[in-house]
Amino acid sequence: MFAGKNVVYEYDGTFDGFFSCVFESFQNKETPVDIRRFDQPQQTLDPARFIATNASHAARVQKAIPQKIGRGAGLLVRDAFLTFLPQKELHMLRFLQAGFAAGPGILRNLTDDTVCTLQKAQRHLYNESHRFKQFIRFSATEKVLSAVIRPRNQVLPLIAPHFIDRYPLESFLIYDETNGMALVYRPRQAAIIPVDNFVMDQPDETEQMYRQLWREYYDTIAIEERYNPKCRMSHMPKRYWDNMTEFCRPARPGLRGAAR
Amino acid sequence: MDLFEKLKILSDSAKYDVACTSSGVDRKNGKDGIGNAAACGICHTFSADGRCVSLLKVLLTNVCVYDCAYCVNRRSNDLPRAAFTPRELADLTIEFYRRNYIEGLFLSSGVMKNPDYTCEQMIKTLEILRNEYRFFGYIHAKAIPGADEALLQRLGMLADRMSVNIELPSQKSLNRLAPDKSKTSILKPMGFISGRLRENKRELIKYQHAPKFVPAGQSTQMIIGATPDTDYQILNLSSALYQKYRLKRVFFSAYMPVSTNPLLPAADTPPPLLREHRLYQADWLLRFYGFKAEELLDEEHPHFNPLIDPKCNWALNHMELFPIEVQTAPYEMLLRVPGIGVTSAKRIITARKAGTLSYAGLKKIGVVLKRAQYFIIAGGKLADGLHITQDGMLRSLISQQGLDYVSRQLPQQYEQLSLFSDHKIGDMEVRACLQAKM
Ligand code: SF4
Repeated sequence: MFAGKNVVYEYDGTFDGFFSCVFESFQNKETPVDIRRFDQPQQTLDPARFIATNASHAARVQKAIPQKIGRGAGLLVRDAFLTFLPQKELHMLRFLQAGFAAGPGILRNLTDDTVCTLQKAQRHLYNESHRFKQFIRFSATEKVLSAVIRPRNQVLPLIAPHFIDRYPLESFLIYDETNGMALVYRPRQAAIIPVDNFVMDQPDETEQMYRQLWREYYDTIAIEERYNPKCRMSHMPKRYWDNMTEFCRPARPGLRGAAR
Repeated sequence: MDLFEKLKILSDSAKYDVACTSSGVDRKNGKDGIGNAAACGICHTFSADGRCVSLLKVLLTNVCVYDCAYCVNRRSNDLPRAAFTPRELADLTIEFYRRNYIEGLFLSSGVMKNPDYTCEQMIKTLEILRNEYRFFGYIHAKAIPGADEALLQRLGMLADRMSVNIELPSQKSLNRLAPDKSKTSILKPMGFISGRLRENKRELIKYQHAPKFVPAGQSTQMIIGATPDTDYQILNLSSALYQKYRLKRVFFSAYMPVSTNPLLPAADTPPPLLREHRLYQADWLLRFYGFKAEELLDEEHPHFNPLIDPKCNWALNHMELFPIEVQTAPYEMLLRVPGIGVTSAKRIITARKAGTLSYAGLKKIGVVLKRAQYFIIAGGKLADGLHITQDGMLRSLISQQGLDYVSRQLPQQYEQLSLFSDHKIGDMEVRACLQAKM
């Protein structure tokens, strides 16, 4: 194992940038105390070293992962990078160090601290992505469908294929407010781009009608004798409700199913 | 009548059908339409009663020429009636689908005019969706008993799943409560669908691109608690249905009093939700855990224990098989440990290849030990600090639903157990209570 070194790696926040840090660590046979984006506040007093992104270094690391540790490891690292796990870069580096030393067996070592931490973060990412496949609500104007989400992880890359396959002939936009990104699609063309600010159009009459119809439906299908808010909450935590049509209603008191 | 009112009436009458899953078919979009389907199904919201809402579940009409006693739509019930036109319903489905409210449509109907006419209207709706909108999302269609087989065949080519609800679990109950129906009139379309499914499988082997007949298979539903049928009868009937008709799912629906018919439970009877829950648990054990119906219940013990789930009940009656060593126990046996599910069992199998599993390790990989600890040993040892006090064991094995149920419904029967006082519970009492198959 590499020696710990009193240094913090700073990088540009890209995936290639992270792999350049990994390269640096292996080249110097050292483990930094932290790896962080250069624009993030400093947590320790250790000296920082900026690691410039180097495409060929990154490519070498990226290529070696599936070869030496296996495809699952490549996926785990890719996914972990999208999570909001604190110090994710450091966990990923430790995992790669251990993985290059141990080979593919590392992934079966479910009780290893690093593996366990990363897999847990990965599961959280998957669960959250699934939640957004469920709970995203689009508003339709004549030309586009648009939606706003507030995820913890960066879910856009994971949910993009699903929605592109679902609405191949529509134009749509999903704005991730947390990470300042948007998935933008128009037939046969998709991109995830940084977006600072996005405000939804005011709903037109048709849109309002369908929203109202949906609320009507939502309220009607609940069976009163089975009322079970705890169960509803466990399947659909409150934090998703903000952007869900059935819970955003023009103020009218006393409606069943309304946020309470 | 405007669309709002129609939607209200026709979803209100459909809500007692419990099947709302969109699972069983994985389909990519054809690139020139709208929609796809995910094998695991997607719940788009949960209603205030905690149930998954995946599909727009409505009746085409709640007009019905029949008079089944347990059904809100029966002819003799005084109720506002409505009907969608096929176009209205297809448009509504697409607009809901575009906004990601739903995975697709669950279409059922009362019988207007006659079964054939009803079936034709349903087909029209689905044809607009599939052919005009090129909709690739999920469609579940109820087969209308008594409709011509050629029509059922056409319906099945448009739908992903079909169902015929058996509703009452025995012929006797059917005779009394659904005079217009008989077991054969229900089983006939069910048999037709499973026959077509088998043929279609052969066609698909021969011609890869042969059109698919209900690719997500067929399901059915039974009402629980409207009739005196026991859990044992219901479970046996459902496992027979799985075998004979290759059903994908049997759904259970706790009976909501919707009628004052003296043959049915009184209007203030609460729906037997816990019983419904136990039946689902048992159904799960039959489908995914390798259990057989007769392992769970028998003639002498025809009802599930309300206090604990069926697996736990089974385990307590087979303590001679426990505790098992997690390091070496076969997968099938791990699955039989209360508190260990498919995910946990699989993780144990993977993790133990890499080294010896301790209790800490089990916890780390996400195995919940609260109940499992009484039935396993890890690395040759029982869990640290686990002294099996009857009191503790009882408290951890009884499910929360069981407790709620006991406090609500069974106060006298279980009073002697002093579940809620600190009085020590005797060994014999605990065993008797938990092992009871009632
Ligand atoms: S045929 Fe169906 S809709 Fe008509 S009364 Fe019987 S169960 Fe209800």
